[in-house]
Amino acid sequence: MDVTGLSLTTITLFTPMIGLAILLFMNGETHKANLKWVAFATSLVTFVASVVMWINFDPSSPGLQMVQRNTWAEVSLGDSVINVSYFVGVDGISMLLVLLTTFIMPISILGSFGSHIFEERGREKLYYIFLMLLEWSMIGVFVVHDLIIFYVFWEVTLVPMYFLIGIWGSEERIYAAVKFFLYTMAGSILMLIAILYVGNRSGTFSTYSAGGDVGVIERVQSWEGAGTYWDAVDPEADGDEAGFLFNSVESWLFLGFLVAFAIKVPIFPFHSWLPDAHVQAPTAGSVILAGVLLKMGTYGIVRFNLNLFPEATVAWAPTIAFLGVVGIIYGAWVSYAQDNVKKLVAYSSVSHLGFVVLGIFALNAQGLQGATLQMVNHGISTGGLFLIVGMLYERWHTKEMADYGGVWKAMPLFGAISLVISLSSMGLPGLNGFIGEFTILLGSLGSEFLGFAFTLIATLGVIMAAVYLLKMFQHVFMGELKKPLSSDDGYKLTWSEKAAFIPIIIMIFWIGIQPIVFFNLLDVSVDSIVALFVR
Amino acid sequence: MFESPTIAQFLAVSNLASTAPATLLLAWTLVLVLVDLFAGEERSHWTPVLSCFGLGLSFIANLFVYSPAAGEQIALYGMFIADAFTGFLNMVILVATLIAVLMSWDYLKRAGIHRGEYYILALISSAGAMYMVAANDLIVIFVALELLSIPLYILSAFRSIKNDGSELALKSEESGMKYFILGAFSSAFLVFGAALVYGATGATNIPQIFSIAGGIVGGASAAAFYLLIGAALLLVGLGFKVAVVPFHMWTPDVYEGAPTPVTAFMSVTAKIAGFAALLRLLVTGLSVLVVAEGGAAAWQNTATIIAILTLVLGNFVAISQRSLKRMLAYSSIAHAGYIMVAVAAAGTAGAVNAATQGALVYMMAYMFTNLGAFAVVMAIEREDGSGGNIEDITGLARSRPLMAMAMTIFMLSLTGIPLTAGFLGKLMVFSSAIQAGLFGLAVIGVLTSVVSAFYYVRVVVNMYLRESSGALQPALDTPYVRLAINIALAGTLIFGIFYPLATNLVNMVSIA
Repeated sequence: MDVTGLSLTTITLFTPMIGLAILLFMNGETHKANLKWVAFATSLVTFVASVVMWINFDPSSPGLQMVQRNTWAEVSLGDSVINVSYFVGVDGISMLLVLLTTFIMPISILGSFGSHIFEERGREKLYYIFLMLLEWSMIGVFVVHDLIIFYVFWEVTLVPMYFLIGIWGSEERIYAAVKFFLYTMAGSILMLIAILYVGNRSGTFSTYSAGGDVGVIERVQSWEGAGTYWDAVDPEADGDEAGFLFNSVESWLFLGFLVAFAIKVPIFPFHSWLPDAHVQAPTAGSVILAGVLLKMGTYGIVRFNLNLFPEATVAWAPTIAFLGVVGIIYGAWVSYAQDNVKKLVAYSSVSHLGFVVLGIFALNAQGLQGATLQMVNHGISTGGLFLIVGMLYERWHTKEMADYGGVWKAMPLFGAISLVISLSSMGLPGLNGFIGEFTILLGSLGSEFLGFAFTLIATLGVIMAAVYLLKMFQHVFMGELKKPLSSDDGYKLTWSEKAAFIPIIIMIFWIGIQPIVFFNLLDVSVDSIVALFVR
Repeated sequence: MFESPTIAQFLAVSNLASTAPATLLLAWTLVLVLVDLFAGEERSHWTPVLSCFGLGLSFIANLFVYSPAAGEQIALYGMFIADAFTGFLNMVILVATLIAVLMSWDYLKRAGIHRGEYYILALISSAGAMYMVAANDLIVIFVALELLSIPLYILSAFRSIKNDGSELALKSEESGMKYFILGAFSSAFLVFGAALVYGATGATNIPQIFSIAGGIVGGASAAAFYLLIGAALLLVGLGFKVAVVPFHMWTPDVYEGAPTPVTAFMSVTAKIAGFAALLRLLVTGLSVLVVAEGGAAAWQNTATIIAILTLVLGNFVAISQRSLKRMLAYSSIAHAGYIMVAVAAAGTAGAVNAATQGALVYMMAYMFTNLGAFAVVMAIEREDGSGGNIEDITGLARSRPLMAMAMTIFMLSLTGIPLTAGFLGKLMVFSSAIQAGLFGLAVIGVLTSVVSAFYYVRVVVNMYLRESSGALQPALDTPYVRLAINIALAGTLIFGIFYPLATNLVNMVSIA
């Protein structure tokens, strides 16, 4: 049974494709000036569509909303078939991340308006086409509830990002792009095997139930036979309970999914692609990478690992949370050691996402809510930091911190904005970062699955964040101007740069002061997941 | 007493109409021989144009014969089987031949070896492939295999008809010679295997072999032993045709030396025909050859090992190739490995349908993608055969954006990235492997496809990410070549995005 009829989710999802189609038919030479406007307008329309979704979203109702499900293809399975379906819909977590995606996108396009990369590399049309493709596939990842189609969107995000880094990146771009592509593909392809196994053994690729079909998640969670659902689907392949971690089907499936997500997040020690990709990517690429792409990993963990494999999640929780904590400290430490501004911000992502991982594997309401909100916070503040780094680079053409100094004096407005964004990234109370990190720490402290030490060490990470971010701020913005620009015009922020910062600043304060608006969105969805882990 | 039947009786009893697609094509080549003979030099374009017409004719006949309603038909006294499997692969072979013919015209003209025989040979070969996918008898498998291969030997050496002593002509001659000798050798294996199977079962008809082998397998008789040896030899013979490790040695040299459109053509049709025969033989004929009652077929382990070797060797050796043609040769070995994964999966009774369908979709995806990739390589190759190295493709994105985009999509499809046909093929193949419980094989399969991403992506890197000193001008960027690329591109994308088109086509396929 299908739930057909165009849903708002579909409209939001496919709006970027309309922009892409328009761009395809535009002449890249004669309409050069209009390309960016088409892309920007499309991303704005997508944002408006997602806001309409938000308005229509009922936070008190559990389950998916604005659902659409059409059977897409039938894949043979012995004597029967498994349906692959176009199945979209949002719950609170998806909704928030869709909003994040559509919010970051126009900002990153604005950030490319005045960029010099096109003078050097050209191919503006291709650039905006890839941005549209990227937006489409990222929204797809967050709203799709069929495992195969999820994998399609997941894998498709690689292609535009690969080209964005590879064509418009800096000196080492080819190495970074290829590394990014191969590294993340290696992770996600193992997930394909896990997905195929889940589909083959359970007989459906749909994760949620719709129109009378029972999704995998419900099958797992309403299983009443002996043992767990995964013990039952394949008794032969399943080992004994004693060696659960490495002997059971469920645990291996959990790991199959986790590797893909852990590389994307990235969870320590799978992070080595990230500094390369971030540093070499063009500004818009870095903003999207930090802002949205990394969240696909944490979203995947919440959506699939937790829901599909609750027993394995509990068994692995301390280990993964430990890696998260190591990531917090390691990321912060390495970040502090950087001389390159962009690398510093890149490693700070490893640290910040460590918090998110810790929050997720606390497996309680505060932890998960905090983690989800922190995904958004990190997207906004680190996206903002990458914008700042990009604007500095446009003017001074260096990423070395030693070459900077005194920027605040020359550019007072820019300095003030940067301060706010840095403070938000540090987690200053009253700004958005604080809310996320504080809730996560609260969650991990109250967690039944993690010990006190996790919280203690993670708290150190908050302090270290202040250390490396203040170091950056001090080197770049304080003191005397080391390298004056040739003309005073260079110090002015262009209108597009200002326009890119306005929504970021608004969101930093809004989430910081009134987080309840966003927590409300998450309450019910998070509770349904947490219910799995109440002992 | 023996009375010769009337033609009407013969047609009715033999059910010749069911063989129409292949038989029409073969008959058409006879017409073409005459046309080519009398058309003369100034009308030399008649042969290729009429070849395309013949392919269209056969395609239409195929649509009539293999309508979903028709079901399975046996023809030629049980030697020929017309089912959904045959119908689907016929279409794939016909489209492959059409693309190859489109690629050939300008290439042959430029090389100064434009002869009508070329197209006639290609059509005979493709008719042979069509008989092979419909073969229901060991004898037909052998005859069809020769009908497929002998024209290919000649086509591989086609450049040497202009005996100018150039290196290209020599290489082409070497390629044809190598292919011929090793091909004949492998045919001998096939025949010997068929003889042993016949000796053991007293039948050459595949379904009969199935029913008789069921009685033999249990005991420790000599017949069971000969059946096993026979099956192994058949596997060797067909393994050579589809170029799986360790029977792949000929592939790189032959592929590199043969004229590029011929390479493209044989890398697809010979593989499709070989795998079709292999599937029929193993699944329909020898699936009773089990180790334990109710277990997987005895050849599953062998197929698994061959698949693993092929995947690993094909993908790893392709990394070190500089010539695009050689890289594609090794990559075609690797792709034979992926199809072999499906063959191995077909050894488990419950996964037969899924595996067969997976193999079919994979072959179709591979056909479009590989032909497209070869067409692009051919377009950038210069007349003297140079310019086909991986660094020579640098800058294509600037001079020919559409061709570069097409090549990118072919490379992504060969890697197995979603929204391309290659992904659907891999999805179905691995799904069947999972269903058959071959987890290790599936994991090796996906991991080697990451390795393959390394060398496919390098092509994209050169086209887009590196700046060339001068703009690359494809030497053979003609309307027909572009048409060939566009057909391949359309196939790759359409079947990659609209899964139901492919899955519905193969849904009724079952050969068990």
